[in-house]
Amino acid sequence: MSRKISRRKMITSGLAAAAGVAGLGVADYLAHRYGLIPPDAEGFYGPSNTITYAAQRILQMHHPLARQFDRSQITQGVIPVKGQVPQSAVYRQLLRCNFADWSLNVDGMVARPQSFSLAELKTFPAQNQVTLHACEQGWSFIAEWTGVQLSHILNLVGISQRAKYVAIFSFDKVWDTMDMFDAWHPQTLIAYGMNGNELPAPHGAPVRMRVGRQVGYKNVKFLTHLIVTDNAKQYGKGLGGKAPEGGWAWYGGI
Amino acid sequence: MPVCNHGQDGHATCERVITPNSPRLTAGYSRANVHDYMSESAPVPGFSVPAFSVQESSIVDSPRHSAVVRVTHWITTLSFIGLLVSGTAILLVQPNLYWGETGNFITPSIMDLPFPYVSRGQSGWGRHLHFLCAWISILTGLVYVVYGLFTRHFTRNLLPSRGDFSWSSIAQKASIRLWPERSLKDESAYNAVQRMTYMGVIFVLFPFMIWTGFAMSLGLTAVFPWMVNILGGHQSARTLHFCGTVLLVAFLVVHIAMVCLAGFLNRVGGMITGRVGARKEPL
Repeated sequence: MSRKISRRKMITSGLAAAAGVAGLGVADYLAHRYGLIPPDAEGFYGPSNTITYAAQRILQMHHPLARQFDRSQITQGVIPVKGQVPQSAVYRQLLRCNFADWSLNVDGMVARPQSFSLAELKTFPAQNQVTLHACEQGWSFIAEWTGVQLSHILNLVGISQRAKYVAIFSFDKVWDTMDMFDAWHPQTLIAYGMNGNELPAPHGAPVRMRVGRQVGYKNVKFLTHLIVTDNAKQYGKGLGGKAPEGGWAWYGGI
Repeated sequence: MPVCNHGQDGHATCERVITPNSPRLTAGYSRANVHDYMSESAPVPGFSVPAFSVQESSIVDSPRHSAVVRVTHWITTLSFIGLLVSGTAILLVQPNLYWGETGNFITPSIMDLPFPYVSRGQSGWGRHLHFLCAWISILTGLVYVVYGLFTRHFTRNLLPSRGDFSWSSIAQKASIRLWPERSLKDESAYNAVQRMTYMGVIFVLFPFMIWTGFAMSLGLTAVFPWMVNILGGHQSARTLHFCGTVLLVAFLVVHIAMVCLAGFLNRVGGMITGRVGARKEPL
């Protein structure tokens, strides 16, 4: 049986292959140009995580809000959470004194590095949002979160135009980086209240991040320090967060 | 319509040959006709009867499955296995199903899956693998569907024809069941139930899985809130995603059982090489 490859087939396949390679090149250029490459883009799962991140950021270009709910839909009862309250002596001492001596340091590529006490954060315009908190483990709850928009803080300290990420550090050695796309989003809060009360310790007292469009582990608890930076890879193992070092994806929009 | 028949002895002869496996045959005739013709044992006027006789072995040069169908089939197979394994790993962390938006340890579940083992540890690899395989199967599925629409693969091979539902067709199928020796085994065409099942899996079940999967993504539901709202909520989407998995696994079991019944090596070989081997014995 002789099976000849026709000229037409060869030309079509050649053109398709060339278009594919050119398309990949263009995609790579655009992805770098518009910051669509996550810090953990290397490795076996890097390509698929990058496509997820890029595809979602493109779909979100008009900055839609995460779904919001009615107060009647708030989950009642004591909601169990993943992770422990930090056991360090410093944290316990602060917790005992209701975080009177605590402050959130904001520095890095900013014009005016500042420290904000809890009382000071509460003087800024507050936002209440009733949103869904969904853990990658599969459970979810709805709560009302009260806090100050991260964008408000970023405007106060005046960030550099070259800034690309906000690195987030906490008491429990969890750290993360957030791209400016989410950092400027109106629903991204430094939350100090939950369901009308102070933020309970298991939920991240004194303040935690609220990123409504990403899964639970991106909502870092027990905040201590924010660093505005242009390089998410300079911390830890260079994957942009504690979660990617532990085997999860840096981007948690899925 | 002359068909080039490359005989086993090596020399190619051009003659009017009609073999039951030849898809080229279907090109010129309406589906219903071909169907009726192929499942009838009586000679059909207008076709040369001796050439149709299955006494001769019928190796045909045109493949049973086209290259695109074969490649996408096996890529989908691999990515489906990956999705199943990783999905189970994700589910094992919280093997409880809920309805509505919220579900956790203090809200009532609608079903607790009886897994003997609950994983409270690492689930990151499950999510990584799940999304990798999801992208592969979505992109492969897109190639397959676009190809199928362009080449009329769906209308020719998978859409049940109106003739399939006629009384005569049903009676004929029944008679084949009762007197199998009278029929020619029709290997190139699927029956109506098979066709509808394949169409359902391709155009209903797979899109449903993609939809319910997307509906669990907080990043996507911000853009398309209706995606999750019409399903009844985040946890409803998760539960429905699981139900869809159960249906897909049921399809997989029946699919493999059918392949085994029809001759495992022959059918799997057909999906790998595109060719169905010569029949060893005449019917």
